[in-house]
Amino acid sequence: MTIWIAIGVTAVGCYVVKLTGLLVPAGVLERPLVRRLAALLPVALLAALTAQQTFADGRLLVVDAKAAGLAAAAVALLLRAPFLLVVGAAVVVTAGVRAMTG
Amino acid sequence: MGVGIAVGLSGFAFGVTSAGGGLTVAQTCALSLLVFTGASQFALVGALASGGNPLTAAAGAFFLGVRNAFYGLRLSQLLALPRAVRPFAAQWVIDETTAVALAQPTRRSVRIGFTVTGLSLYTLWNLTTLLGAVGADAIGDTDAWGLDAAGPAVFLALLAPMLKTTMERAVAVAAVVLGLGLLSVLPAGVPVLVAALAAPAALYVEGRRRPGSGGRPGTGHGAPGEGR
Repeated sequence: MTIWIAIGVTAVGCYVVKLTGLLVPAGVLERPLVRRLAALLPVALLAALTAQQTFADGRLLVVDAKAAGLAAAAVALLLRAPFLLVVGAAVVVTAGVRAMTG
Repeated sequence: MGVGIAVGLSGFAFGVTSAGGGLTVAQTCALSLLVFTGASQFALVGALASGGNPLTAAAGAFFLGVRNAFYGLRLSQLLALPRAVRPFAAQWVIDETTAVALAQPTRRSVRIGFTVTGLSLYTLWNLTTLLGAVGADAIGDTDAWGLDAAGPAVFLALLAPMLKTTMERAVAVAAVVLGLGLLSVLPAGVPVLVAALAAPAALYVEGRRRPGSGGRPGTGHGAPGEGR
């Protein structure tokens, strides 16, 4: 039962924050500074999230096979590989490194 | 569409992880249907699986979801949706739809990009979650298949086209340093929000250097690590 409560709280909370962003009046966003900020925020958030999902295990920093996978994805991006190949490279290299290192 | 298939992989991984963490198939699917923001979902099942308090787990997932408010801020400007449509569009305001919409040149293509990405991801994410949850026993350990690397790789691929100027790269580097540096001292989800401060901090530093600026994006200067 408590798991359902956690699911409910998360679902409502996440929906409300999504809606909040969309409902901010357009006038607020016309100021150049606000506009530039709104453009830069996704960059900061995505970068932090990528790093955390790669190097964080709970509250600990770890460098494991995922780091190698992400490096492979970065190389694929530099080579202008298509999206699927980028993600595929990350998955395959991560699995490969884990298989080799046991 | 490439983004859809890649996200489908992570949806599958989510289903397996969630079922492996002790959630039922119904609970796992409810998360994908109702929460629909992958990082928060992974955070929630991870915290629940490790025996965390359900409300603390929900709080962590919520904080990770707060970034979607910033995406909405940017999207409301680009999409210019009628007020009545916004409550329906809101559920699709996530990393992937934002990144695709931001990459479009015209309002029409922004709207099409947002809708197509939203619809295809919502469908796929939920289908693959179901598949993963049902097939969890057959698969065993998703980590052995490297599926946990799909999520960050998707984010990296979405981020890469945004890093055009020095300013954007500086913000990204500062955000990574903040996000990882604060990981051990702040509760789950909060470091990502603090990392978002790299954006206003970079604008502030730029404003101090060239008073009166604030014009065209893409002319910024900044040094890595200037977020603090």
